[in-house]
Amino acid sequence: MATTEKMTLNMGPQHPSTHGVLRLILELDGEIVTKVTPDIGYLHRGVEKLSEHRTYHQVLPLTDRLDYLAPISNNLGYILAVEKLLAIEVPERAQTIRIIMAEMARLQSHLVWIATHALDIGAMTVFLYAFREREVVMETYELISGARMTSNFFRAGGLSQDVPPEFEKKVRDFVDTLPGYLDVYEGLLTDNPIWRKRTVGNGVISAEDAIEIGLTGPALRGSGVDWDQRRDTPYAGYEKYSFKVPVGENCDTFDRYKVRLVEMREACKIITQALNNLKPGPVLADCPQVCYPPKESVYNSIEGLIHHFKIASEGYAVPEGEVYQGVEAPKGELGYYIVSDGSSKPYRLRIRPPSFVNLQALEKMATGAMIADLVAVIGTLDVVLGEIDR
Amino acid sequence: MAENNRAVVRLKEQFPASILDVTEFRGEVTVTVAKNDIIAILAFLKQSLQYNQLTDVTAVDNLGKAEERYMMVYQLLSIPNKDRLRIKTPVSETDGRIASATQVWETANWLEREVFDLFGIVFENHPNLTRILMTPDWEGHPLRKDYPLQGPDREPYKGRLS
Repeated sequence: MATTEKMTLNMGPQHPSTHGVLRLILELDGEIVTKVTPDIGYLHRGVEKLSEHRTYHQVLPLTDRLDYLAPISNNLGYILAVEKLLAIEVPERAQTIRIIMAEMARLQSHLVWIATHALDIGAMTVFLYAFREREVVMETYELISGARMTSNFFRAGGLSQDVPPEFEKKVRDFVDTLPGYLDVYEGLLTDNPIWRKRTVGNGVISAEDAIEIGLTGPALRGSGVDWDQRRDTPYAGYEKYSFKVPVGENCDTFDRYKVRLVEMREACKIITQALNNLKPGPVLADCPQVCYPPKESVYNSIEGLIHHFKIASEGYAVPEGEVYQGVEAPKGELGYYIVSDGSSKPYRLRIRPPSFVNLQALEKMATGAMIADLVAVIGTLDVVLGEIDR
Repeated sequence: MAENNRAVVRLKEQFPASILDVTEFRGEVTVTVAKNDIIAILAFLKQSLQYNQLTDVTAVDNLGKAEERYMMVYQLLSIPNKDRLRIKTPVSETDGRIASATQVWETANWLEREVFDLFGIVFENHPNLTRILMTPDWEGHPLRKDYPLQGPDREPYKGRLS
């Protein structure tokens, strides 16, 4: 009598469809995945430990490197948590630019998601198109901060500097043209029979299971849960903007694809509203204990130089207490829990990465699927290992 | 005020002996509870008060600052009520054990593995309590305050030289 046995297969960490250094140990019955065990930690850099030894200001560049596909979102969450501890108000112009950049980061992240997700499933054209559009976001990063990825642009109390005059036109041109490009992607994918065969009914997770396992962001909304922190627990001035929150119905990969595409269109609308609101004004709070002095004062007066030196070397003391600040990052809820002991360094900084918790659902979503569909599930969860491993 | 918070009122009714402290800071309510009742309290919050999502589980090492060395921190979110709550519970250094919240939320699985990995707190009845970020043969628990930043067997950290 013929017998069959299960095969154990190692996938990754050096595998293009695992989006970084994710390793999966698969147990296969033929082509059916019977068990999937993720193995993570290849990119662990000890960001939380490092933060305990740096001033609040020096932690900011570390956050750029968490979700490196949307660095500004990480900056935003951290800076809001620090500002909550300090209880300082941010000028309106700084707030508006923060929202513009946070939504640009969402577009940037979702463009990479659609590019790689489609490439994994076999649609290569979308990859080339989406990376062309993403390039504009990278140029905007370069325009405002000088770096294409590690922006390090926000400061407690506002921004590191005002945006250059050409910023407004560049962003406006981008959000005016992007919906047309999104139509092109949808034309390539939405009614494409191969795309539908690969995504409809793939990676189904019910709303109850999604909440139970802690899914957040587009993965949660794809399962039909109407929850968006930007609307439901507004932060950073999101309450001033009107936008729709898309939700899925069938809880599958196709619905999550639709949700993210609508999210991109809504992000464009938020950016347009923000650009219309953008008025001249200061971009840093009037709070000399925390904020760096303007560069003219540092270069031209001894008081300014001392002031700059004091903040750069000692940092600023942050009141004792603990806060949690969650933001709706492109991949889900990114949370920062800071415990301060009243000194200029965080006593404990906990980063709650959305991808880490979302990846946990992989086992539930991929067990019983074909091995090729597993790749689609990894793509639809949209994980980035930089923030999983920290 | 924190005392009037709906969840705090109900918790005080239900578990009068286990509520050690209630604080509010920057609009966030934190309830410190006794370790023995943690699972009952989390389950009560989930089932009766609609705190349906466990956002985060983590720990803080209060070495030399508090009587009980570790503080477990659970961040809860109520999607229907758009409300957050933080539950904390102290764990002593000599004991170093706490019941696993995986029986209440599946989310706790990896989050508790991370706490075990980086703090060395043992979770009882956890389905798979192994290291998650560090390698399986790693010695020590890096997020403990007495673990050197540069790693073991190296010169201690003397501050940034630049």
